[in-house]
Amino acid sequence: MAEPLLEVRDLKVSFRTEDGIVRAVDGISFTLDEGEVLGIVGESGSGKSVTMMTVMRLITDPNVIYQGSIIYKGRDLMGLSRDAMREVRGEEIAMIFQDPMTSLNPVYTVGWQIEEQLNEHNDLKKGQARRRAMELLAQVGIPKPEQRIDDYPHQFSGGMRQRVMIALALSCNPDLLIADEPTTALDVTIQAQILELIKNLKREFGSAVVLITHDLGVVADVADRILVMYAGRIVEEGNKEQIFYDPQHPYTWGLLGSIARLDRPRARRLTAIAGQPPSLINRPQGCSFRTRCPQAFDRCRAEDPQLTAKVGDGHLDACHLSVEDKRERRDKTINPELAETA
Amino acid sequence: MASPSGPLLQAEHVIKYFPIKRGIVIQREVARVHAVDDVSLEVQRGETLGLVGESGCGKSTLGRSFVRLFPLTGGRIFFDGQDISTLSRRGMRPLRRELQIIFQDPYASLNPRKRVGQIVGAPLAIHGIGDRRERKRQVQELLEKVGLSPEHYNRYPHEFSGGQRQRIGVARALALRPKLVIADEPVSALDVSIQAQVINLLADLQEDFELTYVFIAHDLGVVRHVSDRIAVMYLGKIVELSPAEELYERPIMPYTEALLSAVPIPDPRESAARERIVLEGDVPSPINPPSGCRFHPRCRYATEVCTQLEPPLVDYGNGHLAACHHPLNVDKETLARATVDQRRTPAKADESAKPTQPAQQAR
Amino acid sequence: MLAFIVRRLLWMALVLFAISVLVFLIFFATPGVDPARQMAGRNPSAETIKSIKHEFGLDRSLPVRYGLMMKHMFITRDLISYGSHTRVIPEITSAAPVTLSLVFGAAIIWIVFSILFGVAAAVLRGTVFDPLLMILALIGISIPVFWLGEVVNLITQSRLHDSFLFSWVPPLGYTPLTQDPFMWFKQLIFPWLTLSVLYIGFYARVLRANLIETESEDYIRTARAKGLSERRVLFRHTLRTSMITFVSLFGLDFAVLVGGGALLTEVVFGLPGVGLLTFNSLTALDLPVIMTTVIYAAFFITLASALVDLVYAWLDPRVRLA
Repeated sequence: MAEPLLEVRDLKVSFRTEDGIVRAVDGISFTLDEGEVLGIVGESGSGKSVTMMTVMRLITDPNVIYQGSIIYKGRDLMGLSRDAMREVRGEEIAMIFQDPMTSLNPVYTVGWQIEEQLNEHNDLKKGQARRRAMELLAQVGIPKPEQRIDDYPHQFSGGMRQRVMIALALSCNPDLLIADEPTTALDVTIQAQILELIKNLKREFGSAVVLITHDLGVVADVADRILVMYAGRIVEEGNKEQIFYDPQHPYTWGLLGSIARLDRPRARRLTAIAGQPPSLINRPQGCSFRTRCPQAFDRCRAEDPQLTAKVGDGHLDACHLSVEDKRERRDKTINPELAETA
Repeated sequence: MASPSGPLLQAEHVIKYFPIKRGIVIQREVARVHAVDDVSLEVQRGETLGLVGESGCGKSTLGRSFVRLFPLTGGRIFFDGQDISTLSRRGMRPLRRELQIIFQDPYASLNPRKRVGQIVGAPLAIHGIGDRRERKRQVQELLEKVGLSPEHYNRYPHEFSGGQRQRIGVARALALRPKLVIADEPVSALDVSIQAQVINLLADLQEDFELTYVFIAHDLGVVRHVSDRIAVMYLGKIVELSPAEELYERPIMPYTEALLSAVPIPDPRESAARERIVLEGDVPSPINPPSGCRFHPRCRYATEVCTQLEPPLVDYGNGHLAACHHPLNVDKETLARATVDQRRTPAKADESAKPTQPAQQAR
Repeated sequence: MLAFIVRRLLWMALVLFAISVLVFLIFFATPGVDPARQMAGRNPSAETIKSIKHEFGLDRSLPVRYGLMMKHMFITRDLISYGSHTRVIPEITSAAPVTLSLVFGAAIIWIVFSILFGVAAAVLRGTVFDPLLMILALIGISIPVFWLGEVVNLITQSRLHDSFLFSWVPPLGYTPLTQDPFMWFKQLIFPWLTLSVLYIGFYARVLRANLIETESEDYIRTARAKGLSERRVLFRHTLRTSMITFVSLFGLDFAVLVGGGALLTEVVFGLPGVGLLTFNSLTALDLPVIMTTVIYAAFFITLASALVDLVYAWLDPRVRLA
């Protein structure tokens, strides 16, 4: 097998606070192949953003503590000097963020901001950067780029600003694009446009994509493989088919059940996950999810489940339930009404 | 109750324009944002009416005009048979008890310097209900009802997560036992898993308190789940109004079809199989809305007539109304039987322009 | 742009008019204030007072007197002081360069040093230098300028004047720039430093707070994600947006000082500037001078606020006129 593009090995990220040490990411490992689209799904505070911010080494909090390694193209990013890391950032790994309203600097034109990025990483002649910026704006579907290039961010709508962010991210042809909740702040119609755009650009630019979201529906169409994160750990990992048609972890079931689905008859109630995510300072003993899990039993309290492959190639989960139990209980949990009628 | 049989809330040709002013010494109006442009609908007792549309379609403005957060530009609103559109602030006060609103942003809509007990109890105190102890008892009872604990009485909003804050907002809205609650994007800022909790909570409370909801959201999946009827808005107009299931199975207006197809489906095979209609571009500016049917610049079925005539709201039976020159999912007989809804059709629309042909092949 | 200028000019005229009417009313319509009696000296006869009243037009109605004063001030420019019986306009025009010299010099010093300290404190956040710098700034803000000025004078003019350190310091006073630039500089250097201490402290603290606030903005994270150097992120992104508050504060402070707000510094260092003039006219209730200095100050302040708005729009495209 060819070497993966990115390999995260036993990454731990914690923050020292007045109340204690917050273990935001608590020992996660995964790989990402070239050109692959990986979805990372979980609630706020599950550590999905912190993980990818760490890959970019964008966390500026002085109270952060890291452990583990992040191997990108054979080099450990954690060991790189500041300047070497700057070469990677923006040029090889690019990132777009959740809120397009605040992610662009309000005092510079969008053209200026794209050109700044181009000039930082390339030796371009005058006018070349501007031409390239114009091309990029056209590529991400901004109408009349020759006029819009000198506009300021506030003159664009939310969807258009996210397109500008994508143009910015793609300007140096990165091998990896990290999209952190790129559509959460947008209307559904605009979300559909942006997802379509990411798919098309992936084809065109061939970069690998990490798509972070709290909504499993968003990754169903785009992702090849999916990581489900809970309280700083990966609780399930598998390809798209495995996660959607044979989900193993009760947390994944909960995420699936929470969605008001248009493709199914209307349910009387949604299967919400009860309660709140646990404190990352005092993690519950045993399985972190057991406090919210309707399936929890004695072993869940006593023993921390490990992420292992139980049902098939590359499909890992961290749950004590036996595969048979899971398959029996699953449908009742995700959609009790549908299970009854079946 | 004054008229227990009629609708709880009735809007007749409601118009709300926001003026844009400019001038050196004397400010003059240079343009208007057509936020809500001649909307008529009613909310029945005990139902949930969903209002959907993209940002800037006027759904929030319409919701807020129901509780008279600002004066209307035109039209009338009846609450429980009483015309509230011209009432003064003072005249509105007794009605504020019965009309409540829940806002979108659970972070911005709670005063960070007040304790939960004060926030939830404020409406009670303002209306002078009970003494201090009685109010505290009622607030704690409410907190329990919305799934928080009575011990949360003395905490501050920042100690809660987004979902819990939205519960506090719900408790505050319910403190006065209102009849009608306007829920303005109550779950849009929350994680999907937390959205489900809040949606279930709202459904439980509807039963317990016999509430009527107007549920505003941009996500048709969520709206379909909670609503009995759904009104689809586009640039200040109602373009389709229908029972929830019917709208989902048989959208008539092409805009509704596109909205439905934009909702992501958590099923890779179905998602890949389904035809996705990606709407081009953004919603046009509500300052200068397009002529004729306002959706025509983005509509794949649009023809000459759409650019010129504003379509009337046509009743296709079964409470399903739509304003479109090229209706989808309608056969010849239904179309022949359909009639123009004189009462709800906007005044400027051409009442004679009832569609004669179902939609042609998409261009 | 044209509309903006026209609007601002109209606004300025309105403000100046309102202020002049207000000042006029305060000093003339206040019971018990009688300029004629004041001018007449000790134990005047009723005759004298009457003749003075007539000479200065004080026996006319209030609106007429206001009109006359404005006419003398703006049209014939021969307004006469009640106290010294000299013309007021030349007094102001000779005092203004002194104040302008003082304030310009101090402003350059305070801009340079407050940016230096503010940026240093923000960059060194988390080390001991940040709180150290901020305490220093707080001390600068807290020291009364007259006390600091006196101490500086004590050291440079008297105690250590004969040592090699300060023997070059000339006696207090003002020499016009056109007459002897070197002397101008030597006489003003200590007043500049003294006046700027307060502002360095204040502006450094404001800038530090703004920098730290901007630092947490999403677009700063974007700038880093682009792979820009820390230096570029700081100067082109963080500092650039933080300057918006800085600039608007600066415009108004500068105008207030030019308008006579540097009074204490002028008194301590014996500089015959606008502040001193205003102070003297106030103690003598010399209305023509008060009126002129107030209008002069108000002119600068409204002018500055218009300029601030222009610079603000240049710095922040979001508020640019559509």
